[in-house]
Amino acid sequence: MSNVHLRQLSVTLGGKRVIEGLDLAIHDGEFLVLLGPSGCGKSTLLHSIAGLNDVSGGSIEIGGVDMVGVDPSQRGIGMVFQSYALYPTMTVAKNMSFGLRVAGLPKADIARRVARAAAMLHLEDLLDRKPAQLSGGQRQRVAIGRALVREASVFLFDEPLSNLDAKLRAELRRELKLLHQTLGSTMVYVTHDQVEALTLATRIVVMDGGKVQQIGTPGDVYDNPANLFVAGFLGAPAMNVVGGEIDGRGCFRAGAFTVPVAGTVAGAAAATSQPAILGVRPEHIHIDDLPGSARLQGTVALVEPMGNHQIVWIRCGEQLLSAIVQDARGFAANEAVSFGIDATRARLFDPQDGKALSLHAHQLHAVR
Amino acid sequence: MARPRRPARLTPFAALLPMALTAIVAYIGCALWTLRVSFTSSRTFASSQYVGLAQYERLFDNERWVLSLHNLALYGVLFIAACLVIGCLLAIFIDQNVTGEGVLRTIFLYPYAMSFVATGLVWQWMLTPGQGFPFDWIVDQDMVIYTVVIATVWQAAGLVMAMVLAGLRGVDPDLWKAARLDGIPAWRVYVSIVLPLLAPTLATVTLLLSTTVVKLFDAVVAMTQGGPGTASEVPAKFIMDHLFLRSNIGLASAGAMVMLAPVLAMLVPYAYARSRRVNR
Amino acid sequence: MKVARVGIYAFLFSAALCFLLPLYVMLVTSVKSMDEIRQGSLFALPLALTFEPWRQAWSAVCTGAACEGVRAGFWNSVAIAIPSTIIPILLGAVNGYALSFWKPRGANVLFAVLLAGAFIPLQVMIYPLVRLLAAGGIFGSLPGIVLVHTIFGMPLLTLLFRNYYAGVPHELFQAARIDGGGFWRIFLQVMLPMSTPILVVAAIMQLTGVWNDYILGLVFAGREHLPMTVQLNNVINTTTGTRLYNVNMAATILTALVPLALYFLSGRWFVRGIAAGAVKG
Repeated sequence: MSNVHLRQLSVTLGGKRVIEGLDLAIHDGEFLVLLGPSGCGKSTLLHSIAGLNDVSGGSIEIGGVDMVGVDPSQRGIGMVFQSYALYPTMTVAKNMSFGLRVAGLPKADIARRVARAAAMLHLEDLLDRKPAQLSGGQRQRVAIGRALVREASVFLFDEPLSNLDAKLRAELRRELKLLHQTLGSTMVYVTHDQVEALTLATRIVVMDGGKVQQIGTPGDVYDNPANLFVAGFLGAPAMNVVGGEIDGRGCFRAGAFTVPVAGTVAGAAAATSQPAILGVRPEHIHIDDLPGSARLQGTVALVEPMGNHQIVWIRCGEQLLSAIVQDARGFAANEAVSFGIDATRARLFDPQDGKALSLHAHQLHAVR
Repeated sequence: MARPRRPARLTPFAALLPMALTAIVAYIGCALWTLRVSFTSSRTFASSQYVGLAQYERLFDNERWVLSLHNLALYGVLFIAACLVIGCLLAIFIDQNVTGEGVLRTIFLYPYAMSFVATGLVWQWMLTPGQGFPFDWIVDQDMVIYTVVIATVWQAAGLVMAMVLAGLRGVDPDLWKAARLDGIPAWRVYVSIVLPLLAPTLATVTLLLSTTVVKLFDAVVAMTQGGPGTASEVPAKFIMDHLFLRSNIGLASAGAMVMLAPVLAMLVPYAYARSRRVNR
Repeated sequence: MKVARVGIYAFLFSAALCFLLPLYVMLVTSVKSMDEIRQGSLFALPLALTFEPWRQAWSAVCTGAACEGVRAGFWNSVAIAIPSTIIPILLGAVNGYALSFWKPRGANVLFAVLLAGAFIPLQVMIYPLVRLLAAGGIFGSLPGIVLVHTIFGMPLLTLLFRNYYAGVPHELFQAARIDGGGFWRIFLQVMLPMSTPILVVAAIMQLTGVWNDYILGLVFAGREHLPMTVQLNNVINTTTGTRLYNVNMAATILTALVPLALYFLSGRWFVRGIAAGAVKG
């Protein structure tokens, strides 16, 4: 079994409590992404699973066995680092077999495992090359190969694509996704890039300040963010947020800006009068009306052409909202536009703690 | 992006005139001069009487000279090996996140701040028979060269340590983590991964140590004066003695040229290897 | 794991003791009386501290004909070291600057020769240099020894500055050219002011090297200007009669004092100098 179970995990680094009381269940075969800004604890969490950090409390079970205190090489895991950390003076074959040779495995076994991993990763022609002679994608595969030959059941990735240029990053991302489909192994992946998270993950764990903000599928965290942090972190351009209040009649008001929210997920909360923050994604703001949406007036502040779509920034009263327009319409600066908001896709948040206003428990950030 | 046109003005050339003079006149010119003298029969004064390779023949018939070469070879091997081993060990141990690293580095490197003369004199005193140590190598013809090794290794090992430590600090820390995951024990990481990575640094260090070996003079003069007798004679001292004391300039020049040969033999492949690496 | 840590500290501690031992012996011997030295052990602490050996070493001990102590040598070393530090550093800086930014034709070949020269044994060049300096009338004089130190200090200093300036963004130089600067103006008003770290490193290394030099001082300095290292050796190895070990050790410490003090006060810069040389590879 290659599932991972973290219970009440606490990690202290350099005197600071970086992770506190964390619970997380990682299922067999899933691609779990730990997503968050720098310093949120995601790398620390990964290093703790690997055994490269000391854990100050709680347990880490891999395949049902508590691994706290167990040497990293005995945990059945493999890890791919940001710099790939390939041994520079050794060939690809030696890189992959070094750990096995040190462990004293019989030569035939080693050869068999290396051949199998090389075949799976298309490295057969590269076995005699040194890392300096490989491309970025090839190095990534060798780093994975090193974990494969150890017959690891869980693969850990520490921001492997962060140092690459955009084009290479996209290419290697696709390779990784294909690899996961082929191997079917459990993979835990750390990144600060929400695009990587959305494209690669079967589930995403959004973290901030050492705490889990939300766990869910990419669709979940994108469409139903548990709090303002998650809402703002995923999606580019970021979700538009407007502070105001819900009046008792099922409408959100912020000055002249009015949106009926009776039909949203917020359900019963929409009926009580309270201060609230409205969040709506740029793709859910439509310039020129859509039947059933609220009609609002504004002027064009700025247009950013993006090739296959445009981002139009609309000034509406005191608000500056971004809208995504899929066609090639021209917009003049200060042109008056009317626009609508798809209220069923809008989300409401409590201004006090940033949590989503919702009746549905599974959309809050409680851990499974 | 246009680069500024380099003016045909002479200023940069003029500014480099001292360097040109030094390189051409002082280095190349003097070396050639000495070469020429080595082919003459000069004794106290320069003579222009060419004698071909006679001085070289006389040189290698000279017992003191041959002994000095043997001494230097033995000294060189021991000195370089000891400096490398001790320096690397010190660097590796200090690299293990020890507290008081600054103090330790200061302690191991301070001997390098002393002159060879001071080093030689202190060790001469310390190794004086009947004083602190139970052996009397410094007055033993067969063993005296080892005392010079000890004194100069004490002086130079810290330098090796400092250079190797700088190299160790440049190793990607992720390599260490990957090795931990692979289950590689620390000593094996050093032997199979880190030291091969450090090969260029070690090559530089070895080159520096080798040139120090060839120049060995001050420490011998201070510590043993080449004695007892001529047991710790080294080529540099032989040459200096024959230049100034025994007034045999021709012979001394031949000796100097012989000293030059191994240095060139080391420099050429080293420079070639470096230029290949840079141009790749 | 704990055992390994203890082993590491044990090794380092014993090594530190070995390295400190000569310094300890030097200090301790220099403050003992001769009786104590004769009767006691090399390593024993002094029973009765005396600074008489120091006084003698400084002002009374005999070097050659005069019995003025190593005091004269000290001032000679100062007189030699100051110009022999300033001039080579300035030249090294100009060289490094010209090589890094201006790259005149043929300069790199010259530089390679210069560097190679740094490895060549001095003995290859001593006799011709003696003849040259004698012909110029400066053999055995202060300008003579300074010139010699300049000649032999140039390669390393040029290398230091060239590597340093290689790390300065080329755009800075180009901006200065566009602003109308010429060779000397850019050097004096832009580059040199930026060079403080490397100037400190170069000063430390050159000062230490010149102060600790023996062979050049022996040959070129002339009898009136013998540096401290040469005098020290004369004092200790050419005395007739009884050897005064305590005075000898005091004299040795006095000779090593300046570079050692410089080292202990500026350790970080010293290490930087070594790293700067090592980076060259």
